[in-house]
Amino acid sequence: MTRTLLAPPLPSALDTGDAQFRQNREDMLEQLAQIEELLDEADAGGGPERMERLRSRGKLPIRERIANVLDPDSPFLEISPLAAYKSDYVMGGGMVVGIGVIAGTECVIMGNDPTVLAGALTPYAAKKWMRALEIARDNRLPYISFVESAGGDLRVQTGDGEGRRRAQLDHFAETGRFFYEMIELSKMEIPTVCVVFGSSTAGGAYQPGLSDYTIMVKEQSKMFLAGPPLVKMATGEESDDETLGGAEMHTTVSGGGDYFAEDEMDALRLCREVVSHLNWRKPGPEPRFDVEPPAHDPEDLLGIMSRDLTKPVDVRDVIARTTDGSRFEQFKPRWGATMVCGWASIHGYPVGILGNNGVIYPDAAQKAAHFIQLCNQIDVPLVFLQNITGFMVGKDFEADGIIKKGSQMINAVSNSTVPHLTVIIGSSYGAGTYGMSGRSFGNRFTFRWHTAKIAVMGPKQIAGVMSQVRRGQAARAGIEFDEEEDAETVAQVEAIQEKGSLALRATGAITDDGIVDPRDTRDVLGMCLSVVRNRPIDGAEGYGVFRL
Amino acid sequence: MSRYSTLLVANRGEIARRVFRTARAMGLRTVAVFVDADTDALFLADADEAVRIESYLDGAAIIDAARATGAGAVHPGYGFLAENADFARAVSEGDLVWVGPSPDAIAAMGDKIAAKALAVEADVPVLPSTDDPDHFETVGFPLLVKAAAGGGGKGMRIVQTADQLADAVESARREAGAGFGDDRVFAERYVARSRHVEIQVLGDQHGGLVHLGERECSIQRRHQKIIEESPSPFIDDATRSAMGEAALRLASLLSYQSAGTVEFLVDDRSGDFFFLEINTRLQVEHPVTEAVTGIDLVREQLRIAQGEALGYEQSDVAFAGHSVQARLYAEDPANDFLPATGTIEAFEPHADPSVRWDTGVGPGSVIGTGFDPMIAKVITHRPTRTEAAGALALALERLHIGGVVTNRDFLTAVLRSDAFLAGDTTTDFIDRVEPARRHDADDHERRRLAVAAALWMQAANRHDAVTLPTLPSGWRIGRLPAERIELAHDDQPVTVHYRPRRDGGFALGLRGDEGRARVHRWSPADIDVEVDGRRCTYRVARAHDRLHVTGAGGTFTWQLVPRFSVPHIEMPGGAVTAPMPGKVVEVRVKAGDEVEAGQVVVVLEAMKMENHLRAAQPGTVTEVRVGVGDQIEKDVLLLVIDDGRETSDR
Repeated sequence: MTRTLLAPPLPSALDTGDAQFRQNREDMLEQLAQIEELLDEADAGGGPERMERLRSRGKLPIRERIANVLDPDSPFLEISPLAAYKSDYVMGGGMVVGIGVIAGTECVIMGNDPTVLAGALTPYAAKKWMRALEIARDNRLPYISFVESAGGDLRVQTGDGEGRRRAQLDHFAETGRFFYEMIELSKMEIPTVCVVFGSSTAGGAYQPGLSDYTIMVKEQSKMFLAGPPLVKMATGEESDDETLGGAEMHTTVSGGGDYFAEDEMDALRLCREVVSHLNWRKPGPEPRFDVEPPAHDPEDLLGIMSRDLTKPVDVRDVIARTTDGSRFEQFKPRWGATMVCGWASIHGYPVGILGNNGVIYPDAAQKAAHFIQLCNQIDVPLVFLQNITGFMVGKDFEADGIIKKGSQMINAVSNSTVPHLTVIIGSSYGAGTYGMSGRSFGNRFTFRWHTAKIAVMGPKQIAGVMSQVRRGQAARAGIEFDEEEDAETVAQVEAIQEKGSLALRATGAITDDGIVDPRDTRDVLGMCLSVVRNRPIDGAEGYGVFRL
Repeated sequence: MSRYSTLLVANRGEIARRVFRTARAMGLRTVAVFVDADTDALFLADADEAVRIESYLDGAAIIDAARATGAGAVHPGYGFLAENADFARAVSEGDLVWVGPSPDAIAAMGDKIAAKALAVEADVPVLPSTDDPDHFETVGFPLLVKAAAGGGGKGMRIVQTADQLADAVESARREAGAGFGDDRVFAERYVARSRHVEIQVLGDQHGGLVHLGERECSIQRRHQKIIEESPSPFIDDATRSAMGEAALRLASLLSYQSAGTVEFLVDDRSGDFFFLEINTRLQVEHPVTEAVTGIDLVREQLRIAQGEALGYEQSDVAFAGHSVQARLYAEDPANDFLPATGTIEAFEPHADPSVRWDTGVGPGSVIGTGFDPMIAKVITHRPTRTEAAGALALALERLHIGGVVTNRDFLTAVLRSDAFLAGDTTTDFIDRVEPARRHDADDHERRRLAVAAALWMQAANRHDAVTLPTLPSGWRIGRLPAERIELAHDDQPVTVHYRPRRDGGFALGLRGDEGRARVHRWSPADIDVEVDGRRCTYRVARAHDRLHVTGAGGTFTWQLVPRFSVPHIEMPGGAVTAPMPGKVVEVRVKAGDEVEAGQVVVVLEAMKMENHLRAAQPGTVTEVRVGVGDQIEKDVLLLVIDDGRETSDR
C-alpha cells in the first residue's frame, strides 16, 4: 500500500496579489469578525449576572462542564452554535451540542444552559436536541447529556411573557420524540449517559430515566415527575425537593441514579470513567494515508469567494487547499466539466469530492451520478462542495433530458449509502441543493462558509420571475402595468430574498451544523471523516455501476 | 608473578564503573560483585560478569567470587574494604593481586595515632596532639577530639573551652565506638581558619616514588568534601615543593606502593602546613589530579600492581591548567544537608565532552539509605581556575535531574560566589560565605517554566492521542473555555490557561490576554518553546504526576495537579509518620498503650543521628506498623493513635 494517493498535487493559478482576491479576503475577514462576536454572544449564555449566580452556587457554566469532560487538548466540534440568530431567544438557543473526545471516544454531548431560562427547552434547543440524537444515531456515537432544565418553556403555551414575537416552530407536538429517539439509541446499542446537574422535572426526568447510565450530584441533582408545588397541588403532600428527588434518595433508595458524585467535577470524572469502560470500538477503517498538509496555503481560502457570487470560482482552488498534499485525482476531467469529481484524502481518510464549476448540465449530472456509484463501490465517503445555481434550463437542455439526467444524479445521491459531508461555499439554489446532497438528502453533516446563500433560486431570479407573472396577469386582465411600482416590488422582493438566503439566517434556523471559517474546512471534514467511522462504511449494493 | 588478566572490583556505583573503564581500556576482563539492593545498578552492565554477595564488607565472599570467576586481582575502590589491612592481607595470601598499598602500610596508616608518630619520624610537621585522655588540654584550645580509627567526620568534636571537654570526649567516644567498633579518641590542636590540602603520591614496587601535586578540598559540609580542585589557589610553588617533599619522605618511610594521599591542614593565616593522615587508597577527588597531570591514576594502580615500574620521575610530572570537581549528592542543603532518598526520574548531563561525569546512576536508579547518596562527580579542566569553576557551574546548571533533592543549586552557588572565585576557600567556607542553599526561580522564570511544562503536556497529550490525533491541539468550532493545566511547586499552585491560535502559537491566560507562546519543537524528552519572545529548549521528564523541567536555571519540578480528585480514604488523624528516611532503632509503645501528647513513640536513626518521633495528641495506640530494624522511607505511616473522638462519620 502506498502512503499517499499517487495523484500529483493540483496546480493552482490563484493570484493572491489580485485586487479581487484582496477584496474578497477583506470581506471574508470582516464577516468572520462578525461570527466571532456572535460566538461571544453565545458563549455569554444568559449573561454575566446569571453566570455569576450559577458559580456562586458551586456550579459550572455548561461550556466549562463540557471543557472539563473532554480529553485535554482534544478537538471539539460545536453543532449550530449560532442557532436562534436574530430571534427572540438567546444566541445558541439555551443549549450546547457538539462532538468531542472523552476517554479517547468520540461522543455527542448535549447540555442545557441553566443560565438561559433556567435551562427550559426553547424551540431552538428542541431542534438542536433532535439534531444531537440524529448525529448519535447516524454515526453511532455515544450520547452524553448534561441535564439541567426547568422543563418546557411554559411561556409559549400560556402566551405569558413580554408579548414579543416568538419563533413559529410548533415544538410541543415534537417533544415526545426525544425520548423515543433516546430509547432507539439504546436499542441500537449506542450508549446513553446522563449527568443530572440540576433539576430534571416531569418530562425532563425521563432523560435520566431513559439513559443507560445516570450520574447524580450530591445536593444538586433533582429528579421527580412533579416538584413540591405540583405535588402539593395534586395530593396535598408536603415535601422538599431533596427528599422528593435528590441524588441521595435516588442513589440509595429509588435506584433512579447509578452514580453519586460529590460535586460537579466529580460527576464529570464519573462520566469520563463510564465512557472509558464502554469498550467503544470504531468499525470504520483507520486513516489509510499519511497526513500531509495541503501544498497550497489554506489561508488563501479567505480570498476565493466573493460577496458577489456571480464572480467565477474554480472549485479546484478550494480542493487544493483542503486535501492532503493538495493531491486530487480528477475523474472524467474532459467531460461534464462543470461538475468536478475526483479522489483525494483528508487527514489520511480517502474521500470522493464533488464540486461545482458552474451550472449543472445534463452531462455533468450524469458524471456525478456515475462518480457517486463508483465511490459506493469502494466504500469511500463523499464530500460535496456546493457552489451551485442549479440545473441548466432552456429548450436544448430540456430536449437533452436535463430532468431525466438530473434525476439520475439526485437518485444516485439519495441511494448512496456512504457518508456524505456537505460544505456550502457559495450558491446553493434549487434542485442543485438537492443534487449536491443538501440537508434534506440524508447527509451526515452540513457546514457553510459565511459567503453561502441558499434558496429556491437566486434573489434576482425570483424577483424577476414574480415580476413577469404580474406582467402576464396585468396583460390578461387588460390593466396597464405600472412599471414604477413593479420596479419597487422587484427591489423589495430581491432584498427580502437576499436576506433570507444568507448563511447566518440559515444557520440560525438550524438548517446546517454551523458556519465555519474557510481555513477550518479541512479540519472540520477531517474530524467528520473520523466521526462517521464509528459506523461501518458500506456503499450501496445491488447493481453494478451504470455508465451514464 | 603478579600478572593478571581479569580484575574484580570489590565496590559499587561510580567508582566501580571508573575502575572498569580503565581496566577495559587496558584489555583486562572485569568482574563485579553486587548485593540485592544493587540488582539493577548500572555498574553491573560495565563488567563482563557479576557475582552476587551478601555485603560489600564480606571479604571472604569477595575472595571466593574472585576465585570462582578466575579474577587475578582485586581493586577495592574507596570506602568499604579499601583500607582494611586484614582484607588486603587475605587477598594477597589468597594468591590474588591486591591493587593498593601493602597491608602493612594500610595498617600503619589506619591508626591515626601511629600515623602521626611516623610523620614525626619523617620530619613532617604535625599539629600538637596527645592520645592521653587525661591531658587533652595540653594541646591548647581550641582543640579537636577525633576518633583514632575514624574518618569522614564521625566521632569528631571541636572544643573551644576547657569546660566543654569532658562532654565532647564522651560523645566522640560513643560515636566512634558505634561507627568503627573502636572508641579510642585523641586530641589535636584546632586551627580556626584552615584549608584542607592533600598531596597525591604514587609509588611502584621498585622504589619509584613521585607526587602529583596537591588538591585543595576545603569546601566541606558535615566534614565531607564537596568541591575539590587542583592546583590549590592558595599554595605557592615553594609550599608546593615543601609539601610534596614532606609527602614523599613519609611515603618513602612506608615504602609506599600504589596510589596514596597525604592530607595536610594548612593554616590560612600563616601558610604553615600540618600532617593529618594518609589515605591508603584512591581518593574520590582523584580526577582533578588526573586532569592536570594527564595521568590515569587507576591505570597507574593497575600497572604498579602488575609489578611494572612507574617509568617516570618527579621531574617528568608536568601540570597543565586547572581542574575542579563537584560532588553531586542526594541531599537537602536547605535542611542541614540531610541525605535525601528517592528514585532518579530524570538524569541527563548536558552533552559536552569536555566535562567529565563519573556517575553510577541513571534514570530509574534508586537512591536509598543503604549507601552513600552521591549521585555523580562532575569534573572540568580548563586553562584557568575561573574558567574551570565557571564551566563546572554551567555543567551543573544544565544537568537535567529529577526525582531526588540534590545539592546542585548549592554547588553552583559556591562555584559562582565571589569568595570561591577569589580563592578564599577555607574549611569554614560554607558557614562564613553562606552560599544560597537552593535556587528559587523568580516569578518570571517560574511563569516560563510553568508555560513550558503546560505546553509540553499539551503536545504530549496530542502525541499520545489515538482519536483524531492529526487535528490541531485544542481545535474548536464554537467556544469553550481555554485549556487549563494546574501545576504546583512546594505546594504553591500555578494555573496555566492557554488557547491555541490560528497561527500555530498559543494565547496565554483565561482570556488570552496574558502573553503569547509558541512551541517550535517538541519531543517526549524536551520542548523548544518561546514565551513572550524568550525562547529556550527545556528538557522535560515526566514521572507519574511529576514533571521535571530543566531550563537555564537548573531543574524545576512541577507537581501535576489532576483535573479531578478521586475521593479517598482520609489518613487517620493520629498518624505518626516518618519525617525522613531512616532505620527504626526503637519502638517505645505497643498497640493498646495510652500515650500523652509529646511522648516519644518511635526512635528513628538517620545518618547516625537519632530522631525522636512524638505523639501529636493523647490517645490509645491502635496500630503499630513498624518494628525495630525496619528501613523506612519518608512519610511512611509508623503507627496510629486514636484520640477517642467519635469517628463514625468518616
